[in-house]
Amino acid sequence: MKLKIKNWFDTGAPFVWLNAGAVSISIIMVVGLILLIAVRGLGHFWPADVAVFDYYAEPGDAPVRLMGEMVDEEVVSRSRAGNPGYEGETIQRNLIKTGNRDISGLDFRWILDAGIKNKAYPDNSMVVERREWGNLYAFLTSIELDGQQYNNESGNLWDRFQETITKNNGIYADIKHIEKDLIGAINYKMERLRLKERGLELKSQKTPEKVAALVQQREVLQLEYDSYTAELERLYGILNGSSFTAKTAEGKEIKIALAKIVRAYQPNAMDIFDKSIFYLEKFWEFLSDDPREANTEGGIFPAIFGTVLMVMIMAVMVTPFGVIAAVYLREYATQGPTTRLIRIAVNNLAGVPSVVYGVFGLGFFVYFLGGSIDQLLFPEALPAPTFGTPGLLWASLTLAILTVPVVIVATEEGLSRVPRAVREGSLALGATKAETMWRTVLPMTASAMITGLILAVARAAGEVAPLMLVGVVKLAPSLGLDGNAPFLHLDRKFMHLGFHIYDVGFQSPNVEAARPLVYATALLLVMLIIVLNLTAIRIRNSLREKYRAAEQS
Amino acid sequence: MQQNNPNTAKIIKAYAEEKVVTEPGTTTKTHAIDMSNIVKSDVDAKLADEKVCIEITDFNLFYSGKQALKDINMTIPDKRVTAFIGPSGCGKSTLLRCFNRMNDLVDGVTIEGNIKLEGNDIFDKNVNVADLRRRVGMVFQKPNPFPKSIYENVAYGLRIQGIRDRRTIDTVVERSLKGAALWDEVKDRLDDLAMGLSGGQQQRLVIARAIAIEPEVILLDEPASALDPISTLKIEELIYELKDKFTIVIVTHNMQQAARVSDYTAYMYMGEMVEFNDTSTLFTNPNKKMTEDYITGRYG
Repeated sequence: MKLKIKNWFDTGAPFVWLNAGAVSISIIMVVGLILLIAVRGLGHFWPADVAVFDYYAEPGDAPVRLMGEMVDEEVVSRSRAGNPGYEGETIQRNLIKTGNRDISGLDFRWILDAGIKNKAYPDNSMVVERREWGNLYAFLTSIELDGQQYNNESGNLWDRFQETITKNNGIYADIKHIEKDLIGAINYKMERLRLKERGLELKSQKTPEKVAALVQQREVLQLEYDSYTAELERLYGILNGSSFTAKTAEGKEIKIALAKIVRAYQPNAMDIFDKSIFYLEKFWEFLSDDPREANTEGGIFPAIFGTVLMVMIMAVMVTPFGVIAAVYLREYATQGPTTRLIRIAVNNLAGVPSVVYGVFGLGFFVYFLGGSIDQLLFPEALPAPTFGTPGLLWASLTLAILTVPVVIVATEEGLSRVPRAVREGSLALGATKAETMWRTVLPMTASAMITGLILAVARAAGEVAPLMLVGVVKLAPSLGLDGNAPFLHLDRKFMHLGFHIYDVGFQSPNVEAARPLVYATALLLVMLIIVLNLTAIRIRNSLREKYRAAEQS
Repeated sequence: MQQNNPNTAKIIKAYAEEKVVTEPGTTTKTHAIDMSNIVKSDVDAKLADEKVCIEITDFNLFYSGKQALKDINMTIPDKRVTAFIGPSGCGKSTLLRCFNRMNDLVDGVTIEGNIKLEGNDIFDKNVNVADLRRRVGMVFQKPNPFPKSIYENVAYGLRIQGIRDRRTIDTVVERSLKGAALWDEVKDRLDDLAMGLSGGQQQRLVIARAIAIEPEVILLDEPASALDPISTLKIEELIYELKDKFTIVIVTHNMQQAARVSDYTAYMYMGEMVEFNDTSTLFTNPNKKMTEDYITGRYG
């Protein structure tokens, strides 16, 4: 028997099993993780049916009429459910989203499954997404447009309602455009004028002519501003002229201005096709819109934008720096104890906890460098800091230091793979060392550099802790890249997907509403990193293909 | 290829001779190579009459203190093929790599004595190494084309020199590829990667690359040792044709090859120049016992 086991070991089969097992577990974990966040996150955008039912909190109590979406269910022990009057050792309870936070104060509640009676899914139950106070679950009774009341007598109330919402959303978009882009630009220019004036004052060059010129420019801007405010007033007038009345499940009538509505839909009346379209719309909104309601509603576009922009700036800074360092270390420096020491230092740098980099970035970049820059270049803005405060530039720089070891190590490896024969071939043709580097060695190392960049980008995109110290915010009023000169605003704060996950998941006032968004955002972050990696891997493979034959010789 | 080249027949015959030599029971033969079959028309020229291209005087070379070349004194004649033969590790490649200062790249190399290229010391501190290497081209043991197109490989040396004119480069590329007997095989795919060529084609491409910058001397470091017999044959034919224009120095392990292609042959052993003479004399009537032992296969 003992011999048999020994024979089995000698065949090598156990190791094959062990290795295959390890690989399988890794794959299952990765796929499982992605599936989990995908299922939890993507389900959020599907329009769930809205149930209406009577709820008896205790058997024999007076029923409450409730309306909402089933979100979750769990089976708990009797005592955890609060020892209700219903039978059973364990009790099933359901989480329903009842919305109407402005009326009932809660928009999620746990109810006992046994207490649900007379459940129905009426076609006319309506979900209204609002810009404030979350969803409204009610039945539409009438709408009021410009002082005129419409009931559902002719049967086209819903269509008219939808039409008005679409029209209002167009107006709302116009208003946002004027407020954010046009007036935003004017404010930006006004601020620049103010700084200019202050700058002149500091340099004691504030002559009456210059002041007059500034005043004139300001007047032009003010005129422009006035024209926009007039337009805004007109648009707001149209928007506020319409409202609708709805009846909640309890029978309460409420009247809400149509201007406060994003969309309204009747999920029970939608077929699978309508729901799919609705789903795509919602998902697109998630990708392309600004967040609403403390990040628990709306989209995450600024966070995606911030992450990509920050990673790109970081890549632009880290690649040349890392490559130059690696070229010097491998090609020019005399190999000895010093270079070995530097290599050890570089490798250790990769192992330093990222939050330490954050502290370093805050102390060195933000306060020291940024503070000095402010005093030298932006004295007119003081005491308000320009670069002496966390921002895009400092975040990118901090992550660049964090990831530079990866680029150095990868590039060095690539350089060591370039065969001596190819270098000698180039030198033998009368090329100098620099020409050989530039024309032959570096192009052959390109795939290794990109490998380093892939690893750097993947690490940087997923990093959160240092960013919290050097530039990420919960909600950034403007993007780092816009139409106002100089277009790229490196001093601005930005939003980031990783921090968004933390913020929505743990700092949100409305945990239940935020939970699916955490998963959706996490999925998006993972996808973003996968896409960045796949792109870089494709580039690398095509380069590698080109140079493989040369490396083998 | 010039299939009707009269030399081809000789070379093929030499291959046949080679077989005879390697058969057992031929040790009674005094000389490995039957020179009568491969005697060249101009071989009667004597070393002393030749114009000197490279002159090596009292040359010593040390790898981190270990002596690799000992008191080398020789002259390499202009526009002739000179072959270095000898067992592995005898220093023939090291000596070859001194002519274009490739040994500069190796750490811990120190030299004594001097090497003069057309009267000028190549180790003088005023010598620009890149310029020297432009004048002394080199082809290595394994083909080492750059991972670029065939065209760019040949144009590389020109681009290094700052030549940008497309027409000049086109002309030189064509002429060099023709000179390396490769033009007919690659003229329709000049933009393909050089890595796609066969080993023999790659080696001829590397030769084309070397002659594109019109050096005075071409150093060949065992150029055919990684190639099959047919490719070897082509390279040898090529060497024969190139010697009209260039001084060629070739290192080879293959004595038949040395006998076939070279005008002069040097036998080296343990870093010393044992014998240097015109090829037919060295192979048919060597002065030293050591040389004779080596070329008859009694050595090692």
